[in-house]
Amino acid sequence: MRHLMSPLDLSTEELEQLMDLADDMRADPQKYADCCHGKKLATCFYEPSTRTRLSFEAAMLNLGGSVLGFSSADSSSAAKGESVSDTIRVISSYADICAMRHPKEGAPLVASFHSRIPVINAGDGGHQHPTQTLTDLYTIRALKGEIGNLTIGLCGDLKFGRTVHSLINALVRYPNIRFILISPEELRIPEYIREDVLDQNNIPYQEIERLEDAMPELDILYMTRVQRERFFNEEDYLRMKDFYILNAEKMELAKENMMVLHPLPRVNEISVEVDDDPRAAYFMQAQYGVYIRMALIATLLEVKVC
Amino acid sequence: MLNISGIHEGFVLDHIKAGMSMKIYHDLHLDRFDCTVAMIMNAKSNKMGKKDIIKVECPIDALDLDILGYIDHNITVNVIKGDRIVEKKPLTLPKQIRNVIRCKNPRCISSIEQELDQIFILTDEENEVYRCKYCEEKYSG
Repeated sequence: MRHLMSPLDLSTEELEQLMDLADDMRADPQKYADCCHGKKLATCFYEPSTRTRLSFEAAMLNLGGSVLGFSSADSSSAAKGESVSDTIRVISSYADICAMRHPKEGAPLVASFHSRIPVINAGDGGHQHPTQTLTDLYTIRALKGEIGNLTIGLCGDLKFGRTVHSLINALVRYPNIRFILISPEELRIPEYIREDVLDQNNIPYQEIERLEDAMPELDILYMTRVQRERFFNEEDYLRMKDFYILNAEKMELAKENMMVLHPLPRVNEISVEVDDDPRAAYFMQAQYGVYIRMALIATLLEVKVC
Repeated sequence: MLNISGIHEGFVLDHIKAGMSMKIYHDLHLDRFDCTVAMIMNAKSNKMGKKDIIKVECPIDALDLDILGYIDHNITVNVIKGDRIVEKKPLTLPKQIRNVIRCKNPRCISSIEQELDQIFILTDEENEVYRCKYCEEKYSG
């Protein structure tokens, strides 16, 4: 029995197999429509998350399985003071696989120690969110044909954004990846990512402030939200926030086959006028997130395709 | 010169940084041992200037070298049997330490989960970096 706690739990070969399966599920959904018949997914969400929870539930329903669970700590036994270890022991009797989101970092790992069913980390505080990274990687492969030989721009809050850190960690394992890190000085990537991940793996990267300067070089632009509360003063926030509104004018600077990704929710960092641009892939990315979660559930449950 | 008699069987922890012996006494849970413990503080040392020494008269198996390796792997552990030093045990940084230090990350599950062991993993031997097994936060003293 395997669990998924971090995107690095899977080797690049295992990731390829998972993405191949997701490709097949996307091409022929009918083939997999009953492969989890009789199986149950428990979505244990100790904090609200519409997108991730629904994506997991849609994935299980697409496979012919059923779902049960809770969507906030208030509606679970945690409100009565039950430990994660006890909760997962009980859930193991009710379901066949569990997707857990928890505000405390490491909670899904603790659950996995006591679980009799596979546990998927569906986000633990600011720590890991592996299925978002799998979604990002799968979207890149599905739309670009391969993961490698790419110049990837990461834009916005690179300091606190866990999706960005996870994605960098996962991408450095692929050949010929170059990063352009676009952020205000205050929100640059943490030192440990720069030194322990980028420098240690000899990954070429640039750190710049203006999105326009990077646009012509990019194969992928991964946008994130710049949050007002991260700034020490309002003036800095106002100065920076307009740098990072992607609009049609900035898109004109980009390559024809460039691709825009965003983990969503989008607030105002991508103007709605970009949505109609064929290079805007963020809503498709959400769809790919369902396929890769389907592949993950089927793989962890070790189900045979009918 | 202060004289403390030798021990027949047990161990002598030598070359402890001056002032650290009380911490080691507690971390090794020596207060729970039913045996004689002698602590020498601020002893003169050619190598260190000043040092602490702990002598414990008890079976050597009772000592958790992993904890000691984490506290200071430069400490010398002399095993005494029949009034003589029979072995000098080398200390290394333990790969994992359990219930010695606590994770300070308030967002870590270890801050709320009942009776969860505090486990730290050695992730960078060269820079002696330990990270919490659960949240991977670096431990900083």
